[in-house]
Amino acid sequence: MVESWPALGWGLLAGFLFGFLLQKGGVTRYEVIVNMFRLKDFTVLKIMLTAIVVGGLGVFFLHDQGLAKLSVKPAWLLANVGGGLIFGVGMVLLGLCPGTAVAALGEGNRRAAFGVLGMLLGAWLQAESYGWCSGLVRQVDLGAATVHSLLGVSPWLPLGAIAAGALVLFLLIEAWERSRTGTSPGPQDLPR
Amino acid sequence: MLAWLRQPRWSPYLVGALLGALLWFIFSIPQKTLGVSTNFSQAVRLAEEAIAPSHAAQLTYFADYKIPRLLGWETGILIGTVLGAWAAALLGASFLTGRLPELWVERFGPSRLQAYSLAILGGLFVGYGARLAGGCTSGHGISGTLQLAASSWAFFIAVFAAGLATAALLFRKEA
Repeated sequence: MVESWPALGWGLLAGFLFGFLLQKGGVTRYEVIVNMFRLKDFTVLKIMLTAIVVGGLGVFFLHDQGLAKLSVKPAWLLANVGGGLIFGVGMVLLGLCPGTAVAALGEGNRRAAFGVLGMLLGAWLQAESYGWCSGLVRQVDLGAATVHSLLGVSPWLPLGAIAAGALVLFLLIEAWERSRTGTSPGPQDLPR
Repeated sequence: MLAWLRQPRWSPYLVGALLGALLWFIFSIPQKTLGVSTNFSQAVRLAEEAIAPSHAAQLTYFADYKIPRLLGWETGILIGTVLGAWAAALLGASFLTGRLPELWVERFGPSRLQAYSLAILGGLFVGYGARLAGGCTSGHGISGTLQLAASSWAFFIAVFAAGLATAALLFRKEA
């Protein structure tokens, strides 16, 4: 039943920190997620881009030192884009994604329980329908392509560009938030 | 330290940076990636193999996307995430009250039946899309994008495009 107890234990620890951070970040709340897509609250983007930049710089550094193992998912671009489009519609309707919905269960969110039920149904329909759409969705198959492999450059170049882009975007967002509220934005209370 | 842990909400930049540091650990010690939605496909696989084994054997999806049969790393993530959010809510005294979100009521009304039905529908789209794409906001959106995976950036951009369009349609001002 259990493949590896140590892996499960590490997963528990990593998951605990992940759920803790999602809750403290406020992204387990409907308003925070939906208002990202209404361009009224940029919490989700701030968290994700910071995690990508900090995580990416560190992971590639560790990988260069031989200390980290990369694992790139296959680029079946029609599946990635098609799935992403369907996912985006659902994420706005539900106001949660898989990780944040599971975390929301931990803070007693009943809507999230129905959301997770829907996700199980969706995963089931996907497994059932994959047979007849797999030919189509795997048409564009780039293997384990990465941005730097496609561009033929060092990973540090796109990483640096993303970091610089994120920094500029954050400065613009902060300036816009100050102009809207007249105060410097800081951690607020959670919406209910 | 305790006062900090008791704050109901932290700066998003701090949360993002700590998530990034969590990923250093995940990629180097257990040498895994952070993903949640594989659990859903695994639950489906185990249920189908128990209820209708001959039908399950015909579903090529499980093999194509390497959906594990045994519990392990992903299971730990799933349970840990619930416990972590619970601990954070406990420390911050920020559990949900059980009421529907204000913005939801403002837009869709107070019906719980409607709220829960649409939550199932939204979840269905999220689940289907995540599994078709091969990951969700954590597996693609963070773990994949930070490795500069083409699949993950394609997913990330598609999610934002569809999300922005859906939000514009759903919340457009009625004339």
